[in-house]
Amino acid sequence: MMTPVVELEAVSKHYGALKALDELSLSVGDGEVLGLLGHNGAGKSTTMKLLLGIISPTAGQLRVFGQSPTADDAQALRYQLGYLPESVSFYDLMSGHEVLLYFARLKGVGKQQCDELLHRVGLGNAAGRRVKTYSKGMRQRLGLAQALLGEPKLLLLDEPTAGLDPLATREFYQTIDELRRQGTTIILSSHVLAGIEQHIERAVILSNGKLRATGSLDELRRQAQLPLLIHVYGSWPEDSWQDLQSIATVEQITAGQISIQGRLEDKIELIRRVLEHPGISDFEICEPSLEALYSHFSSDQANREMR
Amino acid sequence: MGNILIVAGKEYRDGWRNRWVLAITAVFALFAFAIAYFGAAASGQVGFTSLATTIVSLASLAVFLIPLIALLLGYDTIVGEENQGTLLLLLSYPISRWQLLTGKLCGQGAILASATFIGFGAAGVAIASFTGQAQATEIWRAFGVFVGSAILLGWVFLALAYLISVMATDKGRAAGVALITWFFFVLIFDLGMLGILVMTSGQDGGDLLAYLLLLNPTDIFRLINLAGFESTRAYVGLLAVADDQLLSPLTLTFALAAWVVVPFSIAVWLFARRKH
Repeated sequence: MMTPVVELEAVSKHYGALKALDELSLSVGDGEVLGLLGHNGAGKSTTMKLLLGIISPTAGQLRVFGQSPTADDAQALRYQLGYLPESVSFYDLMSGHEVLLYFARLKGVGKQQCDELLHRVGLGNAAGRRVKTYSKGMRQRLGLAQALLGEPKLLLLDEPTAGLDPLATREFYQTIDELRRQGTTIILSSHVLAGIEQHIERAVILSNGKLRATGSLDELRRQAQLPLLIHVYGSWPEDSWQDLQSIATVEQITAGQISIQGRLEDKIELIRRVLEHPGISDFEICEPSLEALYSHFSSDQANREMR
Repeated sequence: MGNILIVAGKEYRDGWRNRWVLAITAVFALFAFAIAYFGAAASGQVGFTSLATTIVSLASLAVFLIPLIALLLGYDTIVGEENQGTLLLLLSYPISRWQLLTGKLCGQGAILASATFIGFGAAGVAIASFTGQAQATEIWRAFGVFVGSAILLGWVFLALAYLISVMATDKGRAAGVALITWFFFVLIFDLGMLGILVMTSGQDGGDLLAYLLLLNPTDIFRLINLAGFESTRAYVGLLAVADDQLLSPLTLTFALAAWVVVPFSIAVWLFARRKH
């Protein structure tokens, strides 16, 4: 069996009484794309800083490429890592090209790769401009170019799409997909869950420094047993939805609208029966989103169930 | 070594980019000229006086100016990068923390050194040629000591600024502590010394008081520059407690160098410890 790229065993990080991370165990395989999900303060950034060796754990074991990132000889490890911190504004007085060149020198990367990366992230034309004039999205792209210096084997991206407009977000995820095809292991964190689904293979849900759930999004959906919700619009005689009562809960919202709550597994059956009814003019299906999943796993109720 | 040079080079270029070097050089040169020209006003005349008198006046001014400039240059070196998010990034690179701080000290130290050398140096050359002293090697030696010790004094306060920057949690607080530090060393410390001197009526512990002066880098700087001139005995005031034999120029230089090394080492140590 291959050694996992990242391995955490009951890792804790405490700041006084604050438990930023509480006995987190996690392993990430080679080439995997992992989503680290949770609210602000859930422990996502702390996890990344631990993996980078910027801070050392209060307790527990952690290894990156089989090595402790805080060991004395861990300096070499950092050539293989790329990191994009949560909000980085860079040096206002330097041009984008100068900023990238500075970081490239520290990583022992040549000038040519800087030019390539600037073009790749779409900053080719703005490379000579001062960072001061950059928009939030451009700074984020510069940050991504910086993270890709030296073709790292493990990428840690902290809230990479925060503050990006939809177009920039889509372009960003295209880059992620490309890197994924090249076999880069990627850990990316987010508190905005929309749009992340198609791009990650596995999700880890954190809240208050604890691991709440892990698995593929399908597995998590099944685990959570979140209901399927169907809104139906139209006009129909009273008591006409009796036939659904056996497999779903039907609730009258207004005179011309009802909501049907059922199990995800019964989706096809429910829709078939809804469509058989005369008098419906429209319907919409609300599948449980990642948001609903997330609030399910990080709610207090879920915590109690887990104990 | 490579990493230190990369950081130092970046810091030094930053100094030119944000006009720090230019501004400090201009300030030093202007003050040097003004002091040389108006320095003799007390004796009823204006015009360039001798370089020796100018050095003494300049030293009294540099004691206030250089620490302030060095503290302003260095107080945000770590806390500032932390605020803009680049510190986290740098720490994730294959560069150790002592290399980062050392690189910054070298780069910003070079900024101070070039500004001091060019600013005071240009003024010195001009004044000497006006007063026809350009040939007097003794004066040049004294001026060299002045510029050299001024650079060293700048590095002392740069090291202190880094210590502040490493400990501070935000930029505003760091600026506040930097100003207090300046105020303490240029004003409060000497007032305290004066108080002790008055209370003990200057009787006993004369040697002890002299050694106490070593606790203030600005006093060491003054001792190096003022005590050397016989004609300036009148200006030294408080420094009279220090005997020439007790503190040789070499001892004083070592003491000033220690003031660079010790605060900087503490800063490196504290910075490395921040992992926990």
